[in-house]
Amino acid sequence: MSKPVPDQLANMGVPIARMESRAKVTGAARFAADMPVTNAAFAYLVTSTVAKGRITGFDETAARAVLGMLDIMTHLNRPKVEPIKHFFAGGQGLTATPPLAGPEIFHEGQIVALIVAETFEAAREASHRFVVRYNRQTPSAVFGSRGTVEQKTADVVKMRKDPKLGDAEAAFKTAAVTHDAEYGTPTQHHNAMELLSTTAVWIGDELTIYEPSQFVYGLRAGLSTQLGMAPEKLRVVNDFVGGAFGGKGAITHRTALVALAAKKLGRPVKLVATRDQGFTISGHRHETKHRVRIGAARDGRFVAYHHDLWELNGRVDPYVNGGIENSAAMYNFPAVMSTARMVRADRDPPIFMRSPPEVPVMFAMESAIDELAVKLAMDPVELRRVNDTDRNRVTGKMYSSRSLMKCYDAASAAFGWRRRNPQPGSMREGDWLIGWGCATATYPTQVSPAVARVTLALDGTARVEIAAHDVGTGAYTVIAQTVAETLSVKPEQVGISIGDSTLPPGPVSGGSVTTASACSAAKLACQQILARLGLSPNATASQRKAAFEKLKLGAVEETGNFVPTTSQSKTTAGLYSGSADITGGVNEGNDGKTMFAFGAEFVEVRVHARTREIRVPRIVGAFAAGRIMNPRTAHSQLMGGMIWGISSALHEFTEIDHREARYVNDNLAEYLIPVNADIKQVEVLMIPEVDNEINPAGAKGIGELSNVGTAAAIANAVFHATGKRIRELPITLDKLVMD
Amino acid sequence: MRPIAFSFVADPQAAVRAAGGSAGVAANQGSVHAPVQFLAGGTTLVDLMKLDVMRPTQVIDITRISDPRMRQIEATPQGLRIGALATMRQVADHPAVRRDYPVLSQSMWLAASQQIRNMASVGGNVLQRTRCAYFRDTSWPCNKRDPGAGCSAMDGQNRWHAVLGASEQCIASYPGDWATALMALDASVETLSSAGPRTLRFAELHRPPGNTPHVETDLGAGELITGFVIAAGPYTRRSLYLKVRDRESYEFALASAAVALTMDGDAVREARIGLGGPVALPWRSHEAEAALVGKPLTEANAVAAAAVAFVGAKTREHNAFRVPLARQTLVRALLQAKSMEIAS
Repeated sequence: MSKPVPDQLANMGVPIARMESRAKVTGAARFAADMPVTNAAFAYLVTSTVAKGRITGFDETAARAVLGMLDIMTHLNRPKVEPIKHFFAGGQGLTATPPLAGPEIFHEGQIVALIVAETFEAAREASHRFVVRYNRQTPSAVFGSRGTVEQKTADVVKMRKDPKLGDAEAAFKTAAVTHDAEYGTPTQHHNAMELLSTTAVWIGDELTIYEPSQFVYGLRAGLSTQLGMAPEKLRVVNDFVGGAFGGKGAITHRTALVALAAKKLGRPVKLVATRDQGFTISGHRHETKHRVRIGAARDGRFVAYHHDLWELNGRVDPYVNGGIENSAAMYNFPAVMSTARMVRADRDPPIFMRSPPEVPVMFAMESAIDELAVKLAMDPVELRRVNDTDRNRVTGKMYSSRSLMKCYDAASAAFGWRRRNPQPGSMREGDWLIGWGCATATYPTQVSPAVARVTLALDGTARVEIAAHDVGTGAYTVIAQTVAETLSVKPEQVGISIGDSTLPPGPVSGGSVTTASACSAAKLACQQILARLGLSPNATASQRKAAFEKLKLGAVEETGNFVPTTSQSKTTAGLYSGSADITGGVNEGNDGKTMFAFGAEFVEVRVHARTREIRVPRIVGAFAAGRIMNPRTAHSQLMGGMIWGISSALHEFTEIDHREARYVNDNLAEYLIPVNADIKQVEVLMIPEVDNEINPAGAKGIGELSNVGTAAAIANAVFHATGKRIRELPITLDKLVMD
Repeated sequence: MRPIAFSFVADPQAAVRAAGGSAGVAANQGSVHAPVQFLAGGTTLVDLMKLDVMRPTQVIDITRISDPRMRQIEATPQGLRIGALATMRQVADHPAVRRDYPVLSQSMWLAASQQIRNMASVGGNVLQRTRCAYFRDTSWPCNKRDPGAGCSAMDGQNRWHAVLGASEQCIASYPGDWATALMALDASVETLSSAGPRTLRFAELHRPPGNTPHVETDLGAGELITGFVIAAGPYTRRSLYLKVRDRESYEFALASAAVALTMDGDAVREARIGLGGPVALPWRSHEAEAALVGKPLTEANAVAAAAVAFVGAKTREHNAFRVPLARQTLVRALLQAKSMEIAS
């Protein structure tokens, strides 16, 4: 069973408690919208109620009459905003379309006005009275809607290549056993607990932005471009981010508008977008379709893998999930064929959402492998074992480390998998059908350049400063812990500042790179300090004191500049200008090895024989991810990921009105996530693994590992319980109910 | 800001006086646009005011009413009387309700969250408005908000919408749980208005949407619910509430059944059946009850009773599954009620 404080196994750090947990549970932690500002005015967004068309006019009279009303900004009076590029085109924008650019509507929920008043309530009231007139056109909402346009991804985004190996067509045709099916995943929304907010404070020509961000340097760079100001005059601060998941990484329309409103009014302006507005102003996980074909020999060895992928996109921007380059590396596929396509509709721009490619792609692949195991009459764990590999066959690159089957064996034993009767519908308790299923979890091990400044004082206190971000993951703790370990001081002697663009630049909090990158940079800085002091890594306090006295110094400060060997830019320079430089995974185009973290998840589902409610009484996951910096925070990350996986499989989907291309269930009463009663027994096993090739910290990112594969494990378990295969997420009882 | 007259009252008579009582359909207390609203827990009203769906000009806070008749739960051999200001939690927890009227307690336990149950009054609970997304967002045409505007749900995302009791004008579902139990037990509602007190059957409180979906209840202008009366009966102890939903807690019913039975050996002497979920208003199935009376409660008979309960169901694109689901829910509830062990 999982324990609150997990054991410290081989190659794991000390399981200390989070540094900020008390501040968070007592309300002392200040999130961006909590930052005290004097004389703030309050902004409220007006968003488009049509998905396609043009604004033909406004009626501001009733809104202007609201007591406390200060200003209304629309495309007719918005001050100048310089364009920024989309995230995938080398910029930081959620979209390349500027905010309030003109009368054209690209999607439902597009910001069409910013109303500012003395109070939040007055601004909201004015928004209700503000009339926007549209010339509506019929939008395209979803796959198959009239007016959608299909493009090959490789034609749109030049750096995207469809993985290909050998003659997969021929190999599939000659395979003894084949599987060919289509899978689908729905629109989902990040719905971080902390709402999207922006507070802008000008002092002279200097601007401070308080905003939950996964990339304060990126926000500084992009926003300073938008506002035509020197980046040095702009500071972005967020001490805490209340969940991000990709929804707070790119620059959204709101930030520049709030900054401009504050400038115009000459006082701070605070915006907290509502939950439903959050569904349309900061991106989402877009829906995907898959056709997966896998051929195998009678003994289960794969002979061919085809994966055709369709991603639903907005009209304008080049966002791509992809993911076949990773799934093709998962097993010993001797022949691979794939095509990725994007389908353009009148939808808001999609963006990263926790394990963006892996969640949909691995759902399709791991479901398909389970279906193939049924056809082969093979245990699904054994099918994965005979197809385990030490290299990515597509690139030929060896894995730096790969503990997939160790994870399967540990999780399988803990779960009691050998007691499973493989016959669907064969296990039952009273009125509840029981199903057991499993699937692979994986996430590419990635890393970014990072810069950390560390100060060590004579008395053994230390301070580490880096503009990294703690999005609820434990970044504060593991970065400070790395400093404590490297300098041989106690964790409580280490102070830490993050989340502020006046600090040295950390990586974007995306791609699960923070721990590996920030800790590598901090470790470098600490090693430089030790070298300057002439100290060995495990020097005693008195040796340290003597070293300081010898140099006649009270404190030593060093900046660690970490550049991964796989870095595309080979420099930290890009960080300062807000460009993300994430490498790893399949390492196409550099000389790195294949780098991934792995896990295996086993779930039990219970499906009511009559009414078909689907419940998950227990889930066991085993994960290997190089050095575990802190087993306690890691356990929490992995557990939370599996819970997200359950949510993603059974609960989360954004309903779309097909006529209007509008989100319907845009609130937390109808956009379901699990409540405590849904989550019973969650067991996390961490499998010791050493990998010295990935980065100096030896750590693989785990933030996006454990929610991958969960949906397939659940779909596989539901099939085992009921004999019915659900290939479209979420798996809701209406897909199982019987007349 | 839109001005709202906000007042507190100390007793139910003062509440009714403060509300006045103007004439006309819009002034009907069951109308979405009733200009005067009573505020108790506020768990529906305040939400809908923030969304600009409800725009009362006068809000009367009744939470300071101390009249014990408005607050107490009285259990006597004749039955229960529950004051309208009792909270959901108090009803859910009350020992006599739990023992002798399990369907009433369970339907509360399975509703909302603990926080909401602590806040919400039972009088307000039965008046909870639909969760129809098209009703709750003023940018959509909606006959319930704006009579004659059209129904966006009819051909929209209607997984959550009604198959029983709906009309050509409105397919919004009634979201509550407790009302389903009150229907099964044939409860009465006590009210007070400027015309004085009256008692009506709970089954007559809610109106079918018909051509006036914006008028949800039979309450007149300024008419205040003061309490509920549930008569004792041999069936109340063999009663239960079964709620089926996507997640384990804190979700509205995809389908629910409130069942109360008097058994004569294996045979059903009397059956009381309330149905929740895909219903436009609190629903009692006399058809299913009649199909069971005098017959042994076998699976086959339960299935047959469930079938007649939904003969009149009208489904739309996304809610057809709720007919078989609701039938299975009723079958499960009946068989479960049959197997209940009732202490004498």
